Amino acid sequence: MAILTCKGLSKRFGGTQALDQVDITIEPGRIVGLLGPNGSGKTTLIKLANGLLTPSQGEIRICGLAPGKESHACVSYLPERTAIPTWMSVTQLLDFYQDFYADFRRDAAEEMLAHLNIPPKQRIKQMSKGTREKVQLIMVMSRAAKLYLLDEPIGGVDPATRDYILSTIIGNYDPDAAVVISTHLIADVEKVLDDVVFINQGRVMLQASVDQIREEKDMSVDALFREVFKC
Amino acid sequence: MKWQFSNDAPIYAQLIAQIKVGIVSGVFPPGERLPSVRDLATEAGVNPNTMQRALTELERDGLVYSQRTAGRFVTEDQTMIEAAKRGLAEGHIQTFLAAMHRLGYGREDVLSLLRQEREKEEMNHGDFDM
Repeated sequence: MAILTCKGLSKRFGGTQALDQVDITIEPGRIVGLLGPNGSGKTTLIKLANGLLTPSQGEIRICGLAPGKESHACVSYLPERTAIPTWMSVTQLLDFYQDFYADFRRDAAEEMLAHLNIPPKQRIKQMSKGTREKVQLIMVMSRAAKLYLLDEPIGGVDPATRDYILSTIIGNYDPDAAVVISTHLIADVEKVLDDVVFINQGRVMLQASVDQIREEKDMSVDALFREVFKC
Repeated sequence: MKWQFSNDAPIYAQLIAQIKVGIVSGVFPPGERLPSVRDLATEAGVNPNTMQRALTELERDGLVYSQRTAGRFVTEDQTMIEAAKRGLAEGHIQTFLAAMHRLGYGREDVLSLLRQEREKEEMNHGDFDM
């Protein structure tokens, strides 16, 4: 069964059409890049998938379920902005996640944190931006979820942190789950992706595999993106 | 092993070429077990499905083989490794000749340039000896 399906999905904010008749199907085992310029509807789509927004029209299903309590249990979401409570220590954060999510793999999280030499007693607010992003990603990837929604996971961090985040995503790869990564830093994520979805002004412009694009168009996804979205 | 990718070819094809170089150069010795798909993918920083695809193609060519539970191994067939080496060399030569052709050199010019280059190298060696 598909992990995520959207049929005629539309979202309107007042006079603005944020998403317009989006049809997407994401199968298990795929790492999908949701690519588009700023304001194209990437975050709206992700928020619809985890129930933070409700569709104006059309439908969205996660593992066959409408977004709600049951679907939340199988969706792991990394918001665009750091959303972990900054007053907590690492240990408190681990407890917090363990309380909230039945699928939280605490040992996996502890192993990744130890690998980064992050002391368990350190508070989130004492960490640099890059470290916070890493900690938050570790929490999100430590859940045994079916769908990982990562909204701009590599925006605003240095290239070494970017590499760490991407290798964490690869290292936690699960053939039964799907990962959606929204970003406009395409050159960095391209090698990690199976498929890409180009989205612009709320519409899906292209859905293809990375190697299909490279084979057929003789150019990287990054180059194709620059061509399609040329200003 | 150092993995590098260009923008003009499919990633799985580049992975195949680089693993071949690894086998030919002995980074992955004959008969040796290859790291798991996940480990190779993490090391190369690529999608695990893409790495899987590259390994499947290498398997189809016979350069690697899999044993049901033990994993994937490099072939022990030296003729096959030699053939892969030759194939890679021919690829480099084609690219080189195409580049020289673009510069306006014919085949004979290229050969004489190569000879001159060798003489230069030999002379430099002579310097070292003195």
